[in-house]
Amino acid sequence: MSTLLSFRDVWVEYGDRIIIEKLNLDIEAGSFVSIVGPSGAGKSSFLRLILGQEAPSRGSILLDGTPLAPECGPDRGVVFQRYSVFPHLSALRNTILGMECAQAPLSGRLFGAARRAAQDEATAMLNAVGLGHSLDLYPAQMSGGMQQRLAIAQALVKRPRVLLLDEPFGALDPGIRADMHVLIRNLWREYSLTIVMVTHDIREAFTLGTRVLALDKRRHDPHAPHRFGATAVYDIPLRNRDETAPANNDDITVDVIRNN
Amino acid sequence: MRWVNRQVRRGDRLLLGALPIVLLAVIYIVVAASRHAVNPSDKILPLPGTMAQSMAALIFVPDQLTGQLVFWADTLASLQRLGIGLGISTLMAIMVGLALGVLPPVRATFGPLVTGIAVIPPIALLPILFIALGLGETAKVTLIVIGIAPVMIRDIAAHVAALPREQIIKAQTLGASSWQVMIRVALPQAMPRLLQAMRLALGPAWVFLISAEAIASDVGLGYRIFLVRRYLSMDVILPYVAWIAILAIVMDVTFAFLSRKLFPWAHGESH
Repeated sequence: MSTLLSFRDVWVEYGDRIIIEKLNLDIEAGSFVSIVGPSGAGKSSFLRLILGQEAPSRGSILLDGTPLAPECGPDRGVVFQRYSVFPHLSALRNTILGMECAQAPLSGRLFGAARRAAQDEATAMLNAVGLGHSLDLYPAQMSGGMQQRLAIAQALVKRPRVLLLDEPFGALDPGIRADMHVLIRNLWREYSLTIVMVTHDIREAFTLGTRVLALDKRRHDPHAPHRFGATAVYDIPLRNRDETAPANNDDITVDVIRNN
Repeated sequence: MRWVNRQVRRGDRLLLGALPIVLLAVIYIVVAASRHAVNPSDKILPLPGTMAQSMAALIFVPDQLTGQLVFWADTLASLQRLGIGLGISTLMAIMVGLALGVLPPVRATFGPLVTGIAVIPPIALLPILFIALGLGETAKVTLIVIGIAPVMIRDIAAHVAALPREQIIKAQTLGASSWQVMIRVALPQAMPRLLQAMRLALGPAWVFLISAEAIASDVGLGYRIFLVRRYLSMDVILPYVAWIAILAIVMDVTFAFLSRKLFPWAHGESH
Protein backbone atom coordinates (compact mmCIF):
# COMPACT_ATOMS: atom_id res chain seq x y z
CA MET A 1 0.00 0.00 0.00
CA SER A 2 1.15 3.50 -0.72
CA THR A 3 2.10 6.05 1.85
CA LEU A 4 -0.51 8.75 2.30
CA LEU A 5 0.83 10.80 5.17
CA SER A 6 4.41 10.95 6.23
CA PHE A 7 6.00 12.73 9.17
CA ARG A 8 9.67 13.58 8.78
CA ASP A 9 11.49 14.46 12.01
CA VAL A 10 8.55 16.53 13.27
CA TRP A 11 8.85 18.68 16.39
CA VAL A 12 6.17 20.78 18.06
CA GLU A 13 7.35 23.35 20.57
CA TYR A 14 5.53 26.12 22.42
CA GLY A 15 8.24 28.43 23.69
CA ASP A 16 10.61 26.18 25.64
CA ARG A 17 7.92 23.55 26.14
CA ILE A 18 8.41 20.59 23.83
CA ILE A 19 5.21 18.72 22.99
CA ILE A 20 6.29 16.36 20.23
CA GLU A 21 9.87 15.49 19.43
CA LYS A 22 11.53 13.65 16.58
CA LEU A 23 8.40 12.03 15.19
CA ASN A 24 8.99 9.88 12.13
CA LEU A 25 5.97 8.12 10.82
CA ASP A 26 4.35 6.85 7.65
CA ILE A 27 0.63 6.30 7.43
CA GLU A 28 -0.50 4.12 4.57
CA ALA A 29 -3.55 4.74 2.45
CA GLY A 30 -6.44 2.61 3.62
CA SER A 31 -5.20 2.07 7.13
CA PHE A 32 -7.14 2.69 10.33
CA VAL A 33 -4.68 4.14 12.79
CA SER A 34 -5.61 4.43 16.44
CA ILE A 35 -3.66 6.89 18.54
CA VAL A 36 -3.52 6.26 22.28
CA GLY A 37 -1.47 7.73 25.06
CA PRO A 38 -1.75 9.46 28.41
CA SER A 39 -3.16 12.97 28.73
CA GLY A 40 -0.67 15.63 27.74
CA ALA A 41 1.29 13.29 25.50
CA GLY A 42 0.59 15.31 22.40
CA LYS A 43 -2.36 13.36 20.98
CA SER A 44 -4.31 16.51 20.27
CA SER A 45 -1.25 18.29 18.94
CA PHE A 46 -0.67 15.37 16.61
CA LEU A 47 -4.22 15.66 15.30
CA ARG A 48 -3.95 19.42 14.94
CA LEU A 49 -0.79 18.89 12.88
CA ILE A 50 -2.63 16.64 10.44
CA LEU A 51 -5.61 19.00 10.40
CA GLY A 52 -3.32 21.87 9.55
CA GLN A 53 -4.49 23.81 12.58
CA GLU A 54 -0.86 24.29 13.47
CA ALA A 55 2.44 23.85 11.69
CA PRO A 56 5.37 21.82 13.08
CA SER A 57 8.14 23.97 14.51
CA ARG A 58 10.66 21.66 12.84
CA GLY A 59 10.41 18.91 10.26
CA SER A 60 7.81 18.40 7.58
CA ILE A 61 4.55 16.61 7.01
CA LEU A 62 3.75 15.30 3.55
CA LEU A 63 0.31 14.39 2.26
CA ASP A 64 0.60 12.39 -0.97
CA GLY A 65 4.19 13.55 -1.20
CA THR A 66 3.43 17.27 -1.08
CA PRO A 67 3.97 19.39 2.03
CA LEU A 68 0.82 19.98 4.04
CA ALA A 69 -0.53 23.54 4.02
CA PRO A 70 -0.79 24.90 7.57
CA GLU A 71 -4.50 25.49 7.09
CA CYS A 72 -7.50 23.17 7.21
CA GLY A 73 -8.74 22.08 3.83
CA PRO A 74 -11.34 19.81 2.24
CA ASP A 75 -8.80 16.99 1.74
CA ARG A 76 -9.02 16.24 5.48
CA GLY A 77 -12.35 15.45 7.12
CA VAL A 78 -12.77 15.67 10.85
CA VAL A 79 -15.17 14.56 13.56
CA PHE A 80 -14.67 16.03 17.02
CA GLN A 81 -16.07 14.75 20.27
CA ARG A 82 -18.55 17.63 20.32
CA TYR A 83 -19.57 20.70 18.29
CA SER A 84 -18.89 19.01 14.95
CA VAL A 85 -22.30 19.80 13.49
CA PHE A 86 -23.94 23.15 12.92
CA PRO A 87 -26.87 23.71 15.29
CA HIS A 88 -28.68 26.07 12.91
CA LEU A 89 -28.96 23.58 10.04
CA SER A 90 -31.07 20.46 9.68
CA ALA A 91 -29.33 17.13 9.11
CA LEU A 92 -29.77 17.33 5.35
CA ARG A 93 -28.53 20.92 5.13
CA ASN A 94 -25.62 20.13 7.44
CA THR A 95 -24.58 17.46 4.95
CA ILE A 96 -25.09 19.60 1.85
CA LEU A 97 -22.99 22.42 3.24
CA GLY A 98 -19.71 20.91 2.05
CA MET A 99 -20.97 20.67 -1.52
CA GLU A 100 -22.46 24.16 -1.42
CA CYS A 101 -19.17 25.66 -0.31
CA ALA A 102 -17.31 24.05 -3.19
CA GLN A 103 -19.81 24.91 -5.92
CA ALA A 104 -21.06 28.35 -4.84
CA PRO A 105 -18.09 30.39 -3.63
CA LEU A 106 -20.05 33.64 -3.35
CA SER A 107 -23.50 32.77 -2.04
CA GLY A 108 -22.59 29.48 -0.37
CA ARG A 109 -25.95 28.13 -1.49
CA LEU A 110 -27.17 25.95 -4.33
CA PHE A 111 -30.41 26.29 -6.25
CA GLY A 112 -32.43 24.30 -8.75
CA ALA A 113 -30.94 21.21 -10.32
CA ALA A 114 -27.56 21.56 -8.61
CA ARG A 115 -29.33 21.71 -5.25
CA ARG A 116 -31.41 18.62 -6.02
CA ALA A 117 -28.30 16.70 -7.07
CA ALA A 118 -26.53 17.70 -3.87
CA GLN A 119 -29.58 16.75 -1.84
CA ASP A 120 -29.70 13.31 -3.45
CA GLU A 121 -26.04 12.70 -2.70
CA ALA A 122 -26.43 13.93 0.86
CA THR A 123 -29.53 11.78 1.38
CA ALA A 124 -27.66 8.72 0.18
CA MET A 125 -24.84 9.48 2.60
CA LEU A 126 -27.26 10.04 5.49
CA ASN A 127 -28.89 6.70 4.65
CA ALA A 128 -25.47 5.08 4.77
CA VAL A 129 -24.90 6.31 8.33
CA GLY A 130 -28.43 5.38 9.41
CA LEU A 131 -30.00 8.83 9.51
CA GLY A 132 -32.29 8.29 6.52
CA HIS A 133 -35.35 9.03 8.64
CA SER A 134 -34.02 12.15 10.33
CA LEU A 135 -33.23 14.40 7.37
CA ASP A 136 -35.13 17.39 8.71
CA LEU A 137 -34.15 17.19 12.37
CA TYR A 138 -31.96 19.86 13.91
CA PRO A 139 -28.93 18.68 15.92
CA ALA A 140 -30.58 19.80 19.17
CA GLN A 141 -33.37 17.32 18.47
CA MET A 142 -30.90 14.45 18.02
CA SER A 143 -29.18 12.17 20.52
CA GLY A 144 -25.41 12.29 20.91
CA GLY A 145 -24.96 9.20 18.74
CA MET A 146 -27.10 10.63 15.96
CA GLN A 147 -25.11 13.86 16.04
CA GLN A 148 -21.87 11.92 15.61
CA ARG A 149 -23.40 9.95 12.72
CA LEU A 150 -24.34 13.26 11.14
CA ALA A 151 -20.82 14.62 11.66
CA ILE A 152 -19.40 11.54 9.93
CA ALA A 153 -21.81 11.86 6.99
CA GLN A 154 -21.00 15.55 6.72
CA ALA A 155 -17.29 14.79 6.50
CA LEU A 156 -17.65 11.84 4.12
CA VAL A 157 -19.61 13.64 1.38
CA LYS A 158 -16.42 15.60 0.74
CA ARG A 159 -14.56 12.29 0.09
CA PRO A 160 -11.59 13.36 2.22
CA ARG A 161 -8.19 11.78 1.66
CA VAL A 162 -7.97 11.16 5.36
CA LEU A 163 -10.66 11.16 8.05
CA LEU A 164 -9.60 12.39 11.47
CA LEU A 165 -11.56 11.31 14.51
CA ASP A 166 -10.87 13.13 17.79
CA GLU A 167 -12.31 10.92 20.54
CA PRO A 168 -15.46 10.67 18.44
CA PHE A 169 -17.27 8.20 20.68
CA GLY A 170 -15.97 9.42 24.04
CA ALA A 171 -19.22 11.11 25.06
CA LEU A 172 -21.53 8.24 24.05
CA ASP A 173 -22.90 5.52 26.28
CA PRO A 174 -21.57 1.97 25.79
CA GLY A 175 -24.44 0.52 23.74
CA ILE A 176 -24.42 3.40 21.27
CA ARG A 177 -20.64 3.27 21.16
CA ALA A 178 -20.74 -0.37 20.04
CA ASP A 179 -23.17 0.56 17.26
CA MET A 180 -20.90 3.38 16.17
CA HIS A 181 -17.92 0.98 16.06
CA VAL A 182 -19.83 -1.23 13.63
CA LEU A 183 -20.80 1.80 11.56
CA ILE A 184 -17.34 3.29 11.30
CA ARG A 185 -15.78 -0.06 10.42
CA ASN A 186 -18.32 -0.65 7.67
CA LEU A 187 -17.86 2.85 6.28
CA TRP A 188 -14.10 2.44 6.44
CA ARG A 189 -14.37 -0.70 4.34
CA GLU A 190 -17.02 0.47 1.87
CA TYR A 191 -15.48 3.84 1.12
CA SER A 192 -11.83 2.67 1.36
CA LEU A 193 -11.14 5.37 3.92
CA THR A 194 -7.93 6.24 5.65
CA ILE A 195 -8.76 6.99 9.27
CA VAL A 196 -6.68 8.45 12.07
CA MET A 197 -8.50 8.18 15.38
CA VAL A 198 -7.42 9.60 18.72
CA THR A 199 -9.00 7.74 21.61
CA HIS A 200 -8.72 7.27 25.35
CA ASP A 201 -10.26 3.84 25.11
CA ILE A 202 -7.53 1.23 24.64
CA ARG A 203 -10.06 -1.48 23.83
CA GLU A 204 -11.61 0.67 21.12
CA ALA A 205 -8.15 1.42 19.72
CA PHE A 206 -7.37 -2.28 19.34
CA THR A 207 -10.77 -3.46 18.07
CA LEU A 208 -11.07 -0.84 15.37
CA GLY A 209 -7.55 -0.08 14.27
CA THR A 210 -5.29 -1.83 11.81
CA ARG A 211 -2.45 -0.17 13.61
CA VAL A 212 -2.13 1.29 17.07
CA LEU A 213 0.27 4.11 17.84
CA ALA A 214 1.03 4.94 21.45
CA LEU A 215 2.33 8.46 21.98
CA ASP A 216 4.33 9.11 25.12
CA LYS A 217 7.53 10.66 26.36
CA ARG A 218 10.54 8.43 25.94
CA ARG A 219 12.58 10.27 28.50
CA HIS A 220 11.58 12.15 31.59
CA ASP A 221 13.55 14.83 33.37
CA PRO A 222 12.03 15.26 36.86
CA HIS A 223 13.50 18.78 37.16
CA ALA A 224 12.23 19.99 33.80
CA PRO A 225 9.41 17.72 32.69
CA HIS A 226 8.47 20.07 29.87
CA ARG A 227 11.84 19.75 28.14
CA PHE A 228 11.15 16.33 26.67
CA GLY A 229 8.40 15.83 24.15
CA ALA A 230 6.35 12.82 23.22
CA THR A 231 6.86 10.57 20.25
CA ALA A 232 5.50 7.25 19.03
CA VAL A 233 6.76 4.82 21.66
CA TYR A 234 4.81 1.81 20.42
CA ASP A 235 3.78 1.15 16.84
CA ILE A 236 1.71 -2.01 16.73
CA PRO A 237 0.52 -3.34 13.38
CA LEU A 238 -2.60 -5.44 13.95
CA ARG A 239 -4.01 -6.72 10.67
CA ASN A 240 -4.66 -5.45 7.21
CA ARG A 241 -8.02 -4.38 5.93
CA ASP A 242 -8.79 -7.54 3.96
CA GLU A 243 -8.81 -9.78 6.99
CA THR A 244 -12.40 -10.06 8.06
CA ALA A 245 -11.88 -11.65 11.43
CA PRO A 246 -8.45 -11.58 13.01
CA ALA A 247 -8.06 -15.15 14.24
CA ASN A 248 -4.74 -14.99 16.01
CA ASN A 249 -5.29 -12.15 18.42
CA ASP A 250 -8.43 -12.98 20.35
CA ASP A 251 -6.76 -11.58 23.41
CA ILE A 252 -6.98 -8.03 22.11
CA THR A 253 -9.97 -8.18 19.81
CA VAL A 254 -12.71 -8.07 22.34
CA ASP A 255 -15.77 -7.88 20.22
CA VAL A 256 -15.31 -10.09 17.21
CA ILE A 257 -18.93 -10.64 16.34
CA ARG A 258 -20.18 -7.15 16.76
CA ASN A 259 -17.38 -5.46 14.93
CA ASN A 260 -16.78 -7.66 11.94
CA MET B 1 -42.65 23.44 50.36
CA ARG B 2 -39.63 25.62 49.64
CA TRP B 3 -40.30 28.79 47.65
CA VAL B 4 -37.66 27.85 45.05
CA ASN B 5 -39.82 24.84 44.13
CA ARG B 6 -43.16 26.60 43.91
CA GLN B 7 -44.16 26.63 40.27
CA VAL B 8 -46.98 28.99 39.31
CA ARG B 9 -49.61 27.85 36.85
CA ARG B 10 -50.33 29.92 33.75
CA GLY B 11 -53.63 31.35 34.94
CA ASP B 12 -52.23 32.16 38.36
CA ARG B 13 -49.22 33.76 36.76
CA LEU B 14 -51.39 36.28 34.88
CA LEU B 15 -53.30 37.00 38.06
CA LEU B 16 -50.15 37.43 40.16
CA GLY B 17 -48.51 39.59 37.49
CA ALA B 18 -51.54 41.89 37.28
CA LEU B 19 -51.79 42.23 41.05
CA PRO B 20 -49.06 44.84 41.72
CA ILE B 21 -50.06 46.86 38.65
CA VAL B 22 -53.70 47.03 39.74
CA LEU B 23 -52.59 47.81 43.28
CA LEU B 24 -50.48 50.75 42.08
CA ALA B 25 -53.38 52.07 39.99
CA VAL B 26 -55.75 51.85 42.95
CA ILE B 27 -53.29 53.63 45.24
CA TYR B 28 -52.86 56.36 42.63
CA ILE B 29 -56.61 56.87 42.26
CA VAL B 30 -57.17 56.94 46.04
CA VAL B 31 -54.39 59.49 46.56
CA ALA B 32 -55.52 61.58 43.56
CA ALA B 33 -59.12 61.53 44.73
CA SER B 34 -58.11 62.64 48.23
CA ARG B 35 -56.06 65.53 46.79
CA HIS B 36 -58.99 66.54 44.60
CA ALA B 37 -61.29 66.44 47.62
CA VAL B 38 -59.09 69.14 49.17
CA ASN B 39 -58.38 71.09 45.98
CA PRO B 40 -60.68 70.37 42.99
CA SER B 41 -58.25 72.07 40.54
CA ASP B 42 -55.21 70.01 41.58
CA LYS B 43 -52.87 69.47 38.59
CA ILE B 44 -50.19 67.24 40.12
CA LEU B 45 -52.20 64.02 40.32
CA PRO B 46 -54.98 64.28 37.69
CA LEU B 47 -57.94 61.92 37.84
CA PRO B 48 -58.45 59.39 35.00
CA GLY B 49 -61.37 61.45 33.69
CA THR B 50 -59.23 64.55 33.23
CA MET B 51 -56.51 62.49 31.53
CA ALA B 52 -59.05 60.97 29.11
CA GLN B 53 -60.40 64.43 28.29
CA SER B 54 -56.99 66.00 27.57
CA MET B 55 -55.83 62.98 25.61
CA ALA B 56 -59.04 62.89 23.54
CA ALA B 57 -58.27 66.44 22.45
CA LEU B 58 -54.78 65.37 21.31
CA ILE B 59 -55.90 62.10 19.71
CA PHE B 60 -59.06 63.13 17.84
CA VAL B 61 -58.99 66.93 17.38
CA PRO B 62 -56.65 68.38 14.74
CA ASP B 63 -54.24 71.01 16.00
CA GLN B 64 -55.40 74.51 15.00
CA LEU B 65 -51.93 75.61 13.92
CA THR B 66 -50.69 72.58 11.95
CA GLY B 67 -53.94 70.75 11.20
CA GLN B 68 -52.37 67.50 12.51
CA LEU B 69 -53.64 65.09 15.09
CA VAL B 70 -50.94 65.90 17.65
CA PHE B 71 -50.77 62.54 19.42
CA TRP B 72 -50.42 60.54 16.23
CA ALA B 73 -47.95 63.00 14.69
CA ASP B 74 -45.81 62.71 17.84
CA THR B 75 -45.98 58.92 17.81
CA LEU B 76 -45.15 58.69 14.13
CA ALA B 77 -42.19 61.08 14.37
CA SER B 78 -40.74 59.29 17.40
CA LEU B 79 -41.20 55.81 15.99
CA GLN B 80 -39.64 56.90 12.72
CA ARG B 81 -36.52 58.23 14.48
CA LEU B 82 -36.34 55.17 16.69
CA GLY B 83 -36.85 52.79 13.76
CA ILE B 84 -34.22 54.41 11.55
CA GLY B 85 -31.75 54.58 14.45
CA LEU B 86 -32.34 50.98 15.47
CA GLY B 87 -32.25 49.81 11.85
CA ILE B 88 -28.92 51.48 11.10
CA SER B 89 -27.47 50.20 14.38
CA THR B 90 -28.63 46.66 13.63
CA LEU B 91 -27.11 46.71 10.16
CA MET B 92 -23.84 48.01 11.59
CA ALA B 93 -23.93 45.41 14.36
CA ILE B 94 -24.34 42.53 11.96
CA MET B 95 -21.74 43.72 9.45
CA VAL B 96 -19.07 45.10 11.76
CA GLY B 97 -19.77 42.60 14.54
CA LEU B 98 -19.47 39.66 12.19
CA ALA B 99 -16.19 40.88 10.70
CA LEU B 100 -14.78 41.66 14.17
CA GLY B 101 -15.82 38.29 15.52
CA VAL B 102 -14.67 36.06 12.68
CA LEU B 103 -11.57 37.79 11.28
CA PRO B 104 -8.71 38.21 13.80
CA PRO B 105 -6.92 40.93 11.76
CA VAL B 106 -10.09 43.05 11.62
CA ARG B 107 -10.59 42.52 15.35
CA ALA B 108 -7.02 43.62 16.04
CA THR B 109 -7.44 46.73 13.89
CA PHE B 110 -10.90 47.99 14.81
CA GLY B 111 -11.59 46.35 18.18
CA PRO B 112 -9.98 49.13 20.27
CA LEU B 113 -11.77 51.84 18.24
CA VAL B 114 -15.19 50.27 18.81
CA THR B 115 -14.41 49.84 22.51
CA GLY B 116 -13.30 53.47 22.71
CA ILE B 117 -16.50 54.76 21.11
CA ALA B 118 -18.58 52.48 23.29
CA VAL B 119 -17.29 53.95 26.56
CA ILE B 120 -18.03 57.59 25.60
CA PRO B 121 -21.35 58.71 27.18
CA PRO B 122 -23.40 59.46 24.04
CA ILE B 123 -25.21 62.42 25.61
CA ALA B 124 -21.81 64.13 25.93
CA LEU B 125 -21.61 63.98 22.15
CA LEU B 126 -25.02 65.58 21.63
CA PRO B 127 -23.65 69.15 21.43
CA ILE B 128 -21.12 68.02 18.84
CA LEU B 129 -23.90 66.38 16.83
CA PHE B 130 -26.07 69.49 16.98
CA ILE B 131 -23.12 71.67 15.91
CA ALA B 132 -22.05 69.34 13.13
CA LEU B 133 -25.40 68.08 11.86
CA GLY B 134 -27.80 70.85 12.78
CA LEU B 135 -30.95 70.47 14.82
CA GLY B 136 -32.81 68.28 12.32
CA GLU B 137 -33.61 64.60 12.17
CA THR B 138 -30.04 63.56 11.32
CA ALA B 139 -28.64 64.62 14.67
CA LYS B 140 -31.33 62.76 16.61
CA VAL B 141 -30.97 59.54 14.63
CA THR B 142 -27.19 59.80 14.89
CA LEU B 143 -27.41 60.12 18.65
CA ILE B 144 -29.43 56.90 18.84
CA VAL B 145 -26.96 55.12 16.54
CA ILE B 146 -23.91 56.31 18.47
CA GLY B 147 -25.63 55.35 21.69
CA ILE B 148 -26.60 51.79 20.89
CA ALA B 149 -24.55 50.59 17.90
CA PRO B 150 -21.19 50.09 19.70
CA VAL B 151 -22.78 47.98 22.41
CA MET B 152 -24.62 45.87 19.83
CA ILE B 153 -21.47 45.49 17.72
CA ARG B 154 -19.45 44.32 20.71
CA ASP B 155 -22.19 41.92 21.74
CA ILE B 156 -22.40 40.31 18.29
CA ALA B 157 -18.61 40.22 17.93
CA ALA B 158 -18.21 38.53 21.30
CA HIS B 159 -20.96 36.05 20.52
CA VAL B 160 -19.46 35.13 17.15
CA ALA B 161 -15.94 34.91 18.58
CA ALA B 162 -17.26 32.51 21.22
CA LEU B 163 -18.58 30.01 18.66
CA PRO B 164 -16.85 26.67 19.29
CA ARG B 165 -13.50 26.54 17.49
CA GLU B 166 -14.48 23.05 16.33
CA GLN B 167 -17.26 24.49 14.19
CA ILE B 168 -14.96 26.88 12.39
CA ILE B 169 -12.42 24.09 11.78
CA LYS B 170 -15.14 21.75 10.61
CA ALA B 171 -16.45 24.34 8.14
CA GLN B 172 -12.96 24.72 6.72
CA THR B 173 -12.56 20.97 6.28
CA LEU B 174 -15.81 21.17 4.31
CA GLY B 175 -14.08 23.62 2.00
CA ALA B 176 -15.48 26.90 3.35
CA SER B 177 -13.59 30.14 2.69
CA SER B 178 -13.48 33.01 5.22
CA TRP B 179 -16.49 34.55 3.47
CA GLN B 180 -18.42 31.30 3.54
CA VAL B 181 -17.59 30.78 7.23
CA MET B 182 -19.00 34.24 7.84
CA ILE B 183 -22.25 33.88 5.90
CA ARG B 184 -23.01 30.18 6.39
CA VAL B 185 -21.71 29.50 9.90
CA ALA B 186 -21.35 32.74 11.86
CA LEU B 187 -24.16 34.90 10.43
CA PRO B 188 -27.07 32.45 10.96
CA GLN B 189 -25.91 31.71 14.48
CA ALA B 190 -25.56 35.43 15.23
CA MET B 191 -29.13 36.22 14.12
CA PRO B 192 -30.96 35.10 17.30
CA ARG B 193 -28.37 36.99 19.32
CA LEU B 194 -28.96 40.04 17.12
CA LEU B 195 -32.66 40.05 17.94
CA GLN B 196 -31.72 39.70 21.60
CA ALA B 197 -29.33 42.64 21.26
CA MET B 198 -32.08 44.70 19.61
CA ARG B 199 -34.41 43.96 22.51
CA LEU B 200 -31.78 45.07 25.00
CA ALA B 201 -30.88 48.14 22.93
CA LEU B 202 -34.48 49.34 22.83
CA GLY B 203 -34.24 50.71 26.38
CA PRO B 204 -31.19 52.94 25.74
CA ALA B 205 -32.57 53.85 22.30
CA TRP B 206 -35.69 55.33 23.92
CA VAL B 207 -33.53 57.23 26.41
CA PHE B 208 -31.49 58.84 23.63
CA LEU B 209 -34.60 59.53 21.56
CA ILE B 210 -36.40 61.31 24.39
CA SER B 211 -33.23 63.26 25.30
CA ALA B 212 -32.71 64.44 21.75
CA GLU B 213 -36.37 65.39 21.37
CA ALA B 214 -36.41 67.18 24.71
CA ILE B 215 -33.51 69.43 23.70
CA ALA B 216 -34.35 70.37 20.12
CA SER B 217 -37.44 69.30 18.25
CA ASP B 218 -40.88 70.45 17.15
CA VAL B 219 -42.69 67.12 17.19
CA GLY B 220 -42.29 63.82 19.01
CA LEU B 221 -43.36 62.06 22.19
CA GLY B 222 -40.38 63.37 24.17
CA TYR B 223 -40.86 66.87 22.80
CA ARG B 224 -44.52 66.92 23.87
CA ILE B 225 -43.75 65.70 27.39
CA PHE B 226 -41.15 68.38 27.94
CA LEU B 227 -43.36 71.03 26.30
CA VAL B 228 -46.45 70.48 28.44
CA ARG B 229 -44.25 70.28 31.57
CA ARG B 230 -44.25 74.10 31.46
CA TYR B 231 -48.00 74.06 32.13
CA LEU B 232 -47.72 71.35 34.77
CA SER B 233 -49.91 69.20 32.51
CA MET B 234 -49.58 65.91 34.31
CA ASP B 235 -52.85 64.88 32.59
CA VAL B 236 -50.86 64.71 29.30
CA ILE B 237 -47.47 63.62 30.63
CA LEU B 238 -48.74 60.51 32.44
CA PRO B 239 -50.69 59.06 29.45
CA TYR B 240 -47.72 59.82 27.16
CA VAL B 241 -45.36 57.95 29.48
CA ALA B 242 -47.81 55.04 29.64
CA TRP B 243 -48.04 55.08 25.82
CA ILE B 244 -44.23 54.95 25.52
CA ALA B 245 -44.22 51.99 27.90
CA ILE B 246 -46.86 50.20 25.82
CA LEU B 247 -44.94 50.83 22.57
CA ALA B 248 -41.72 49.53 24.15
CA ILE B 249 -43.42 46.40 25.47
CA VAL B 250 -45.07 45.68 22.11
CA MET B 251 -41.69 45.96 20.35
CA ASP B 252 -39.99 43.77 22.93
CA VAL B 253 -42.65 41.06 22.66
CA THR B 254 -42.54 41.27 18.86
CA PHE B 255 -38.77 40.70 18.77
CA ALA B 256 -39.03 37.80 21.20
CA PHE B 257 -41.82 36.28 19.09
CA LEU B 258 -39.87 36.78 15.84
CA SER B 259 -36.80 35.12 17.33
CA ARG B 260 -38.77 32.04 18.37
CA LYS B 261 -40.57 31.93 15.03
CA LEU B 262 -37.55 32.46 12.77
CA PHE B 263 -34.89 30.57 14.71
CA PRO B 264 -36.58 27.64 16.43
CA TRP B 265 -33.24 25.80 16.62
CA ALA B 266 -31.91 28.47 18.99
CA HIS B 267 -34.68 28.10 21.53
CA GLY B 268 -33.89 24.78 23.12
CA GLU B 269 -36.18 22.58 21.06
CA SER B 270 -34.67 19.51 22.61
CA HIS B 271 -35.13 15.90 21.60
